[in-house]
Amino acid sequence: MRPGSTSAACAALLRRDLLLVWRRRGDALTPLLFATIVVALFPLAIGAQVQELRPIAVGVIFVATLLAGLLALDTLFRGDYEDGSLEQLVVSPHPLALLLACKIAVHWLTTALPLIALSPLLGELLFLDPALRGLLPLALLLTTPLLSLIGAVCVALTVGMQRSGMLLALLVLPLYVPVLIFGAGACNAAQMGLPYLAPLLWLAAGLVLALVLAPLACAAALRISTS
Amino acid sequence: MNTLTYWFHKLGSPPTFHRIATRVEPWCLALALALGAIGLYGGFVLAPRDYQQGDAYRIIFVHVPCAWMGLFAYAFMAVNAFIALVWRIKLNEVLAMASAPVGAAFTFVTLVTGSLWGKPMWGTWWTWDARLTSELFLLFLYFGVIGLHNAIEDRRQAARAASFLALVGVVNLPIVHFSVNWWNTLHQGSTVRLFGPSKIDASMLWPLLLMALATHIWFFASVLARARAGLIELDAGKDWVRKLAQDDAS
Repeated sequence: MRPGSTSAACAALLRRDLLLVWRRRGDALTPLLFATIVVALFPLAIGAQVQELRPIAVGVIFVATLLAGLLALDTLFRGDYEDGSLEQLVVSPHPLALLLACKIAVHWLTTALPLIALSPLLGELLFLDPALRGLLPLALLLTTPLLSLIGAVCVALTVGMQRSGMLLALLVLPLYVPVLIFGAGACNAAQMGLPYLAPLLWLAAGLVLALVLAPLACAAALRISTS
Repeated sequence: MNTLTYWFHKLGSPPTFHRIATRVEPWCLALALALGAIGLYGGFVLAPRDYQQGDAYRIIFVHVPCAWMGLFAYAFMAVNAFIALVWRIKLNEVLAMASAPVGAAFTFVTLVTGSLWGKPMWGTWWTWDARLTSELFLLFLYFGVIGLHNAIEDRRQAARAASFLALVGVVNLPIVHFSVNWWNTLHQGSTVRLFGPSKIDASMLWPLLLMALATHIWFFASVLARARAGLIELDAGKDWVRKLAQDDAS
């Protein structure tokens, strides 16, 4: 890898972002704690019986994951915006979309992947149907990158704002609807013994599309909000 | 430069647009009110009762035109947003942002009248049916665009960011519609079709189309009014606005 080439820039960015997360390991745990607490609130609110919790387990885990991801989205560009390195990315000679894709990848690795690893535990808390133990992490593995990619476009639009939390939720959640429907739909279909492959394939198709288009849209949005 | 491009450029300049809009707007409003009054009279009084739904079906004369307008306003906003982002024309930024609240209002009316219609027909105010759900998320998309536009201080940057969000919504809307359709469907099918015969009697069709025309004209009147206010706000320091204010004061 020649210094100054685009691949070197991406590698440096990946290394820097991962190092930053590692230096503040405690912060990386907050989405996990948040999702666990949200899931733990449901038995308290609607009763602790297996027959009450099992039908809603998938939905609750998906919504908890989605909300945890939403809270974590805010950190995607905030630090970089405040110390000015985001503007350096925008003016750098390398393709902005590629650099942003690296940032989104690190963000997904550090916020969503731990949640997927935690999902069997969350499933046990809600007496998840044993037949879904394998399918739920797989469905989350397809949905969470989509959530990160779509969310990144909206975060890029709100990047300069002081208090963007609630507004971000308003922008992002309507866009998450199809992802949620297909992700949770696949698990619910499997729970009822119906074929569940089609929604998973739709998710995979959406993920391929978003992998290509979302970084480009994210770059365009960032150019608007930092201009 | 030929006449057409000349007029196009001229219309894009805020003072000219403001002058024309000021002249056109009252006519639009009056025409919309007149057509709407005829349409409502035709729908509520002249049109025959439905053999199955009785008089309750008459809310279709408000519900369906508003539902069309909710989508039409989004399309209008998206086209203007696209022009605003690509060619950076100030007028189109203003027009896109002016159509968002109007479209949101039409969508809201659609949801309310639909819920009023659903109570006697389906026995419930709300069901998680595909069309209802996608209409609800259309409303949320409108709110997102309006919220983003209000949250950014620099007006032109706010308009550009909100325009971008509107375009993202265009990509998303068909996907939302498709996914909720796959998820759940109860709503009755389309009654009026652009191609092929409509499943509605002519005595019921003409008030419906008249109402659709009235809501379209009303939409343009409303957007023109909002765009005029938006242009004056945006160009507050410019000479033409000062002249306008002085003419108004004297």
